[in-house]
Amino acid sequence: MHTLTLPLTPDAVRSLHVGDPVRLNGVLLTGRDAAHKWLVESFIRKTLSPSPDDMAALQAIGPRLAGGAIYHCGPVVAGLDTQEYRFVAAGPTTSTREEPYQAEVMRHFGIRAVIGKGGMGVRTLAACQEVPGVYLHAIGGAATLIAQTVQRVLGVYKLEFGVPEAMWAIEVKDFPAVVTMDSHGQSLHVDVEARSREALKRLMAA
Amino acid sequence: MRDLTSDVLELIRLTSTDLPSDVEGALRQARPREEPGSAAAGALDTILENVDLARAQSTPVCQDTGTPLFFIRHPAGWSTRLLRQQIRQAVADATRRSYLRPNAVDSVSGKNSGDNLGDEAFPTLHFEEGEGDELTIDLLLKGGGCENVGAQYSLPDDRLGAGRDLEGVRRGVLDAVHQAQGYGCAPGVLGVAIGGDRGSGFAASKAALLRPLDDAHPDDRLASLEARLLEQANLLGIGPMGFGGKTTVLGVKAVNLHRLPASFFVTVSYMCWAHRRRRMTVRGETVEYA
Repeated sequence: MHTLTLPLTPDAVRSLHVGDPVRLNGVLLTGRDAAHKWLVESFIRKTLSPSPDDMAALQAIGPRLAGGAIYHCGPVVAGLDTQEYRFVAAGPTTSTREEPYQAEVMRHFGIRAVIGKGGMGVRTLAACQEVPGVYLHAIGGAATLIAQTVQRVLGVYKLEFGVPEAMWAIEVKDFPAVVTMDSHGQSLHVDVEARSREALKRLMAA
Repeated sequence: MRDLTSDVLELIRLTSTDLPSDVEGALRQARPREEPGSAAAGALDTILENVDLARAQSTPVCQDTGTPLFFIRHPAGWSTRLLRQQIRQAVADATRRSYLRPNAVDSVSGKNSGDNLGDEAFPTLHFEEGEGDELTIDLLLKGGGCENVGAQYSLPDDRLGAGRDLEGVRRGVLDAVHQAQGYGCAPGVLGVAIGGDRGSGFAASKAALLRPLDDAHPDDRLASLEARLLEQANLLGIGPMGFGGKTTVLGVKAVNLHRLPASFFVTVSYMCWAHRRRRMTVRGETVEYA
């Protein structure tokens, strides 16, 4: 079991290999479909011109992403009326939808850990080797258990995207995950897909 | 007719926070089949721990509380207009109480309504008038990850070597499970519609998910297809969360629909392991939940 503290050093990332269970501590940001599209279009490809509010959000988000983690998660959050936010349920969402954006976002912001479920593709795997970074697979559906590892909600950005799509800054303690893509070019998802493809061939021949 | 708003709120709470015993039982049975110390075994341990916690705390099993799909069977004389109002009110109440995540997003503006009330199809309500004086409401909470890996095949399908028969159906379903990998939160449950049109196929494949995992299809041909598909899908080795392993699918539920001579669809709805479905039954003044 590796206990990791955010932000991650390159050495900490390189010490991780596919199959390693980890427990994560520190501050991370949630971000999923709307957030990735917004980050890429506003600050990387610059096809949109950011508003003053966007620039203020960037000021807060940027330092947290440097060496840090982005979590593909659309939480259930209580305390919306009072802004005394509390995470009620917070499992991972399917990461592959961020494949068109993830590598650019990792390189631009220096993100060293992407947390989600289902794994990602070749572009993200290449970025994991370069940055270096790692993909941490959380257990899909384990939402109540993961929410218990959230100690505090530090802030929320782009809440106009809606509760699931906003970027939430949270402090976690012993957040459980498994390394399924590492900085050495290995991906559990590539292996399982290839083996299941062979099994499928045999079943189709039967 | 009585006002069912608070009863439906309880149905939603129960569905979101308390996994049915047949689904939990299937997950517990799967655990010893996986290699000790493997990622698959660890995933099932985490899943089962989470199921217990969610039930004890009355918080959602999964944060993606999905599309609320209601199947209402009502006696003659009930107003579906009033039932719709009450169910929609209960959905908004459940969202405020954090049993449901606000999930209704306007596809053009991108705006989240904040209370899970969208157009007429969100939440989705299927009404049917039944005989007798009992009212039943089945609720299925189906998340987006598993919804995204649903698939529909038009037979014949050259790529799969799938013709217009049950062998062709088998090929389509196994391909769908392979394509889904771990994206739909394996181990999943498959609703399979054979025939129909594109729309009725998806509707029926979802309704098939309401069947208990341990029942057998009354049609022997489909019962044996279900058993064979369950066995073979688990030979694919995708495993819990797609980590590799022996448990990829927990159940297969098929339904036979009439089709047009020109069409032969095979439709697969994939339900994640967090197979949240519950039923309430109203008889006079009593309400029961199962």
